[in-house]
Amino acid sequence: MSSAQIEIQIIASIVAVACALPGVFLVLRRMAMMSDAISHTVLLGIVIAFFITKSLNSPLLLVGAALMGVITVVLVELLNRTQLVREDAAIGLVFPAIFSIAVILITRFAGDVHLDTDAVLLGELVFAPFNRLKLFGMDIGPEALYTTGGILLLNLVFVLVFYKELKLATFDPALAAALGFAPTLIHYALMTLVSLTAVGSFDAVGSVLVVAFMIAPPAAAYLLTDRLSRMLIYSALIGIFSAVSGYWLAYLLDASIAGSMATMTGVSFLISYLFAPERGLLAHARRRQNQRIEFALTMLTMHIANHTAAHEAEIENEVVHLNEHLKWTPQFAMEVVGIAERNGLIQQRNGLLTLTDSGLKRSQQEFSS
Amino acid sequence: MDISQLFYDLFFDYTLRTVALGSAILGIVSGALGSFAVLRKQSLLGDAISHAALPGIVIAFLLTRSREPVILMFGASIAGWLATLFMLNIIRTTRIKDDSALGLVLSVFFGFGLMLLTFTQRLPDATQAGLDKFLFGQAATLLQRDVVTMAIIGTLAIILLIAFWKEFKLITFDTEYAASLGYPVRFLDVLLTTLLVIAIVLGLQTVGVVLMSAMIVAPAAAARQWTDKLKNMVVLGGLFGAIAGVSGTLISGSAEKIPTGPVIVLCMSAIVLFSMLFATNRGLVWNWFRNLQNRRHLRAQAVLGDLNTLAMQHPNEERGHSSAVLRAMSTNPDGVSLALQQLKEQGYAQELGKDAWALTQSGLDEAGKSQEKEA
Repeated sequence: MSSAQIEIQIIASIVAVACALPGVFLVLRRMAMMSDAISHTVLLGIVIAFFITKSLNSPLLLVGAALMGVITVVLVELLNRTQLVREDAAIGLVFPAIFSIAVILITRFAGDVHLDTDAVLLGELVFAPFNRLKLFGMDIGPEALYTTGGILLLNLVFVLVFYKELKLATFDPALAAALGFAPTLIHYALMTLVSLTAVGSFDAVGSVLVVAFMIAPPAAAYLLTDRLSRMLIYSALIGIFSAVSGYWLAYLLDASIAGSMATMTGVSFLISYLFAPERGLLAHARRRQNQRIEFALTMLTMHIANHTAAHEAEIENEVVHLNEHLKWTPQFAMEVVGIAERNGLIQQRNGLLTLTDSGLKRSQQEFSS
Repeated sequence: MDISQLFYDLFFDYTLRTVALGSAILGIVSGALGSFAVLRKQSLLGDAISHAALPGIVIAFLLTRSREPVILMFGASIAGWLATLFMLNIIRTTRIKDDSALGLVLSVFFGFGLMLLTFTQRLPDATQAGLDKFLFGQAATLLQRDVVTMAIIGTLAIILLIAFWKEFKLITFDTEYAASLGYPVRFLDVLLTTLLVIAIVLGLQTVGVVLMSAMIVAPAAAARQWTDKLKNMVVLGGLFGAIAGVSGTLISGSAEKIPTGPVIVLCMSAIVLFSMLFATNRGLVWNWFRNLQNRRHLRAQAVLGDLNTLAMQHPNEERGHSSAVLRAMSTNPDGVSLALQQLKEQGYAQELGKDAWALTQSGLDEAGKSQEKEA
């Protein structure tokens, strides 16, 4: 691994964690699509700030972008308050309009400077190591390392300091308001952070990846745990995994790093979606299968108990008759009888089924309960 | 370039005519189908589908090595469809909410498409050039052939929409009721979503992946302000979409270096803004005006009632009451003098002397009437 490769992976991991922190709250507060909107509209903030400062390295770009993110949130809420359109439509109306203005401004007035929409949307992580920060003539690492690191620090401090407030405002905004925790203030602070993170990161990774890193790892973590603190940690870890594996995928295919990392966040989510211990699809299927078998075992013991004393016991309690009376397929009947035998619930003699003591107990338990 | 020249070009300049026609078709189809999406609270589904279409486009190209729009559109549709299916499954089987599912599918599919696109661009042959125009759309690259394809597919979509009109209307407003009547709700749902996917895919080449979502939401949102009837909304949505498409093309054709897609979206945004402000019935300006009138009416009614009370308390005196008394009685003292002027204009009140107010006969009748109504 060359030092440039290591630097790219470190920057990508920092971005992943920086995005995951506010992302968790976006997912929990059902505002995920706001990050999509913000990641598009900050472009206008950057363009306007660029026109004012005539420089692409001015910190004013960051300020302009963050401001535009907040303006987006305010506009969406204003539209919402008119009650003329629903919230999802409000988001869908605001961000394409702002984004369009930005694209037109760029094409018309800034076509020849290095500020093309492709770069903003798709990122150029490959070039991040070439942009060095120099202090007293000494090379102290790529610039992107410091911008993204600063944003990570900011997010981390915010989440740690206002953890209690964030938690309360997220899960019970009414109580938060009643206790004087100012959920509106928290909301806007969070949105400002999302904007800052979007701008600071997409210089390195592009706006699409920002959305992927904000939503996919927290969504995956949401299926793994019920605790907010763990969800934050898991999201960060999943983000780092996606970043590093995505980088190597891009290396292998000689393809866009941002695209590959976004793909890997999707793969991470898919793994969690399928294999999460309690909420995954497989766990669901296994649970359903278990319930089916358990229910069938009870049915079997009850059926046999019902007919043991009666004179038709000889006929009813044969394996072949189960499919008629319990409406089971022969295969399923054989399977259930097999399991019941193995669990010591029944005995089989010449194709005739009798209950053992524990089988009898089980059938009676069901009756009495 | 002057306006008449522009309109001359609209009909006789090949590029401008083609682009305008294409944009108009796109506007009609997306406006009509967007109306259903917006009413079904699926406004952002368009955003997700249009982003998710990208990998489909690239894979279709990789498999066939052809840049035939029909083939690429087919790939885009399948990818859009898969994304929708995947999203609905996530929402149905986990506790992840629709907004997160949308954002997830949108960004991951788009990222995947991007990865494939960059991968394709590094292939040795050059046939893939131009695939990236789907990102932002390049209306200028539309050919007459493309427009004909768009027209055929668009017409098919509209015909299907009309054929299943009653069913679509029912599942849009009351899915449970439709199911209880025995309609194949799932099939209809799939069909309607397919039509939406088609509408989106139609526009990708013109306005691009990123801005296509606006063409689904905006015409419908504008149309919604003018009417409460689905039929009118769909027709208006199509009309607004077409107007935005053509005017956007004209504006971007009138000067150098103005991209068509964003201008179409801005035209559409302007229509939305105008509709939200000035639409009869729902528009903000009309609402404000109506509120103002209501307030004035209520203010006058209150003073009318007060004057009536005073008149009843002094039955034998034919005398006026000072506005200071009325102000003391009113909950809104500042409005009293304005209300008195208003009542005077309406002929309900008269000024007997200086600052001595009393009701006229018709004012007494009016007060009696409103008292009856209250009782």
